[in-house]
Amino acid sequence: MLSLPIFLVASLVKIVLVILILLTAVAYTVWLERKVVGHIQNRWGPTRVGPFGLLQPLADGIKFLVKEDLTPPHVYKPLFIAAPMIAVVCALSSIAVIPFGTTVTLLGYQIPLEITDVNTGLLVILGITSVGVYGVALAGWSSNSKYSLLGGLRASAQMVSYEICLGLSLVGVLIVAGSFSLREIVDAQRGHFWGFLPKWNILYGGQIIAFFIYLTAAYAETNRIPFDLPEAETELVAGYHTEYSAMKFAMFFMAEYANMITVACLATLLFLGGWHGPVFGPPLLQAILPVIWFVAKVFVFLFLYIWVRGTLPRFRYDQLMAFGWKFLFPLAIANVVVTALIVAYRSSL
Amino acid sequence: MLHLVLFLVFGAICVAGAINLLAQTHPISSALSLVVVMASLAVEYLLLGAEFVAVVQVIVYAGAVMVLFVFVIMLLNAGREERTQGSRIATILGIPGVLAGGLLVAWALLERSDTGAVGLGSLPGYPKTIGGLLFHEFLLPFEVTSILVLIAIMGAVVLASKPGTRTPPAGKES
Repeated sequence: MLSLPIFLVASLVKIVLVILILLTAVAYTVWLERKVVGHIQNRWGPTRVGPFGLLQPLADGIKFLVKEDLTPPHVYKPLFIAAPMIAVVCALSSIAVIPFGTTVTLLGYQIPLEITDVNTGLLVILGITSVGVYGVALAGWSSNSKYSLLGGLRASAQMVSYEICLGLSLVGVLIVAGSFSLREIVDAQRGHFWGFLPKWNILYGGQIIAFFIYLTAAYAETNRIPFDLPEAETELVAGYHTEYSAMKFAMFFMAEYANMITVACLATLLFLGGWHGPVFGPPLLQAILPVIWFVAKVFVFLFLYIWVRGTLPRFRYDQLMAFGWKFLFPLAIANVVVTALIVAYRSSL
Repeated sequence: MLHLVLFLVFGAICVAGAINLLAQTHPISSALSLVVVMASLAVEYLLLGAEFVAVVQVIVYAGAVMVLFVFVIMLLNAGREERTQGSRIATILGIPGVLAGGLLVAWALLERSDTGAVGLGSLPGYPKTIGGLLFHEFLLPFEVTSILVLIAIMGAVVLASKPGTRTPPAGKES
């Protein structure tokens, strides 16, 4: 155990570091997306600011800060201002319970690589993301514009529907691991099946189905293509953030990408064994490698997000609802039943 | 000590949210006050050591039920409520009635505080304990509740589908 002052200092340093890294990651995910989608569409993407356009996020940030912050006269002001704040606060705070690696020993103190270890960590993330819907819904309502309202309505209906599938897809993992703590779930995935196959949850029983349900529901939860109907620009101008400009718009943008990163982290922790991977080399490398494995797996998910965006067209709204309720939902329930039977059978042996 | 202070603070927020819920005239403001009530209740559960219940309170009530409330208010585009004078009996008897009811509940709880109360932190949020409680100790209430929910869903479907206007299920065609 750490003493109180050291605990406070360590926590503060971790909070500042994690938020800084998250915001940088958000900025560079935007850059990566523009670059990759550009190459998919046979364009170059950003090239002008810095080498390979690497300073583009910085230029965008300055642009967001100095642009005029318009507030249309007909909006309901308190909620119009609060909505982007709710969105960004919920998106940034869910990173607090995500572990990035094992504990490190620094100056003789054991410091776990996460802001806080809650024994209901997984549920905390689900809770925070479920509150995050208010940001989008209230933005749509308070803007007092038909496009925003339709976007907000779509977002709240879609997110409530897919949250059920998201939650159910995680039940299988919970049954296998027997804990809500993300650290314990990752620790349960240490080792190998038959000596060579990593003992990740995705390879356990029918969890690969759960993985795809999770991925689909998570894309819908983060309002990404092919489920980005709340901001479908062909029908709704820009959906729920039509009336927003400058930094308020940027806050929605940041919230979307921060949510993508959280979803990618969660997928890594729950299905791909978190920071587990081959560890070798000198002691310093051994200390860093788990974090590198974690970041690499998260990067794969982020790249997948962008790849899907560059590949798939958007669903129609009734297709989206029918797919969620008539296909994903029964499949998720079936997966829970089958996983429970497998675990019960194995424990009865 | 810190627990007690936080408990009182969030209790006050909870009551203030509930009063604001009644005082606001706009449905959205009322619904958001209810979200505040639900969230502060979740914090109270957390301070009492019931982590699982606290998080489920946020996910189910603040996250799902209230989002549906807001959704319906947005969908119907409900405007401001009109203030009416209300009934005179309610104005006279309302506050004394609430006080009497509250005192009765408090008295009953203090009288029987030693029976069957759950100790602080005796219910940590492990899936195994929760599963054991739900599927062994409280199996009958759990199953009865599920039937109740099923009946509610059937009622909603019956109410939502007007007779004679059945349309073929959308989404399959085209």
